[in-house]
Amino acid sequence: MPDSGRCEVLGRVPWRERVANARDIGVVFGQRTQLWWDLPVIESFELLRDVYRVPQADYARMRDELVPLLDLHPLLDVPVRQLSLGQRMRCDLVAALLHAPTLLYLDEPTIGLDAVSKLAVRDFILRLNRERGVTIILTTHDMDDIEMLCSRVMVINQGRILADGTLEGLRARVTRERWLIVDLLQPVEEVSDPDATVIRKDGRRVCLRFDPELISPAELIHRVTTKYATRDLFVQNPPIEEIIARLYEDMRC
Amino acid sequence: MLKAQRAIFSAAFRTNLQYRVAALAGIGTQLFWGFIRVMIFEAFYRSTSTPQPISYPQVVTYVWLSQATLLLLPMRANPEIQAMIRSGTVAYELLRPVDLYALWYSRSLASRTAPVLLRAAPIFLVAGLFLGLQAPPSLASAAAWALSIVAAMLLSAAFTTLVTISLLWTVSGEGMSHLLIALSSILSGIIVPLPFFPDWTQAILNFLPFRGLMDIPFRLYVGYVSPSEVFSLVAHQLAWTLVLVFLGRWLLGRATRRLVVQGG
Repeated sequence: MPDSGRCEVLGRVPWRERVANARDIGVVFGQRTQLWWDLPVIESFELLRDVYRVPQADYARMRDELVPLLDLHPLLDVPVRQLSLGQRMRCDLVAALLHAPTLLYLDEPTIGLDAVSKLAVRDFILRLNRERGVTIILTTHDMDDIEMLCSRVMVINQGRILADGTLEGLRARVTRERWLIVDLLQPVEEVSDPDATVIRKDGRRVCLRFDPELISPAELIHRVTTKYATRDLFVQNPPIEEIIARLYEDMRC
Repeated sequence: MLKAQRAIFSAAFRTNLQYRVAALAGIGTQLFWGFIRVMIFEAFYRSTSTPQPISYPQVVTYVWLSQATLLLLPMRANPEIQAMIRSGTVAYELLRPVDLYALWYSRSLASRTAPVLLRAAPIFLVAGLFLGLQAPPSLASAAAWALSIVAAMLLSAAFTTLVTISLLWTVSGEGMSHLLIALSSILSGIIVPLPFFPDWTQAILNFLPFRGLMDIPFRLYVGYVSPSEVFSLVAHQLAWTLVLVFLGRWLLGRATRRLVVQGG
């Protein structure tokens, strides 16, 4: 429960104007469904059309546009209880959009989904935002979701905002470090460099952490490859999990 | 506004019609129980010599009517909404651009009436042909019964909605259900028909809402009260419906201000 503060959605205070607000927003909770458990999917869609009082023509246009995007056609006559989680989530996404909301809240939309559904859902969310201009607010613990979808990231811990900005900004704020990952030709007893630290070593793959302000990636690569026989290498940013975890840690101190 | 409620009603109605095997089993059970209750009353009437407030054929009909419309008793909260409150899916109900009370009332009305409509006809048929259920004494009595059974449905839905709303505090609802089963089955006349209750209780029974669920329609059907009284009796049912609706609305207004959906 909030202790104080103000909340406005599209210029309205949602708890004061619940009904008007409900008409303009769409919501999908990844763990729950808003579809009628015992009825075929299409009947839930028609029910939502009536509940949101969407004119038949608008409803039909929206349905015919959304159904092929998520490949729902074969599912429309199946009772919801017989759908797999991925199928259900795709149906739930369409259900939340039938009344053409300008704002869509997605709470863990990819949780528990199989790989194919996950990609389909992500692609759909991106297109929704780019082609229809729907604003999407996403809560997720899936770091790939964040990498692929979010232009603005807010990290919240125990009701406090720890960070708010772009993903790059967040990275820069937490750490400048890069990772150099090297695949060696021969197993080596010990890998070392004065300006980098080894953070992982399994078999012939070694991961080195370095600060590009102290040593340029080109120079480090040159030094490492002359010292050790190298088969392959690449430089990457620390994964987003690492960044977020470090952010939470910093805040605790 | 009404279009949304109608859609919800019809969807909930169709959902309830899906449980046909349950209905079939229910019909069997209700016929069996009715049979036992009729035998008890037969034994009672044979062994008594004092005149009773209601005739034997009327009691038998009263019993069969109560068996046919048994599920109209608000014995528990609306199961769909109860499941939603337990799982947190109730958040979706608050996202609908419609009045929440009206939404839940529509759901409750559907879940109370659909199973009754599914079961009543076969029980009427079997009991009417073989087990002593009589037709109403006049067309006027039949019409009065029809009117009051509709009012009973509205009253029962208001009861159900109120109990459902109370789940927003208690979550499990077991306690409320037990209390309501006991109260409504005794005070509505389905254990012992209300005319048998002692004189001093009659004023209380007449005042309470529970007789509107069963006893009022049955008395009108069997001709125990004249069809001309239908308007004051239906007024009693509708007045209590209104009271329960207002109470439910007030409670729901308080509940939604403190509702927290956990585990998201």
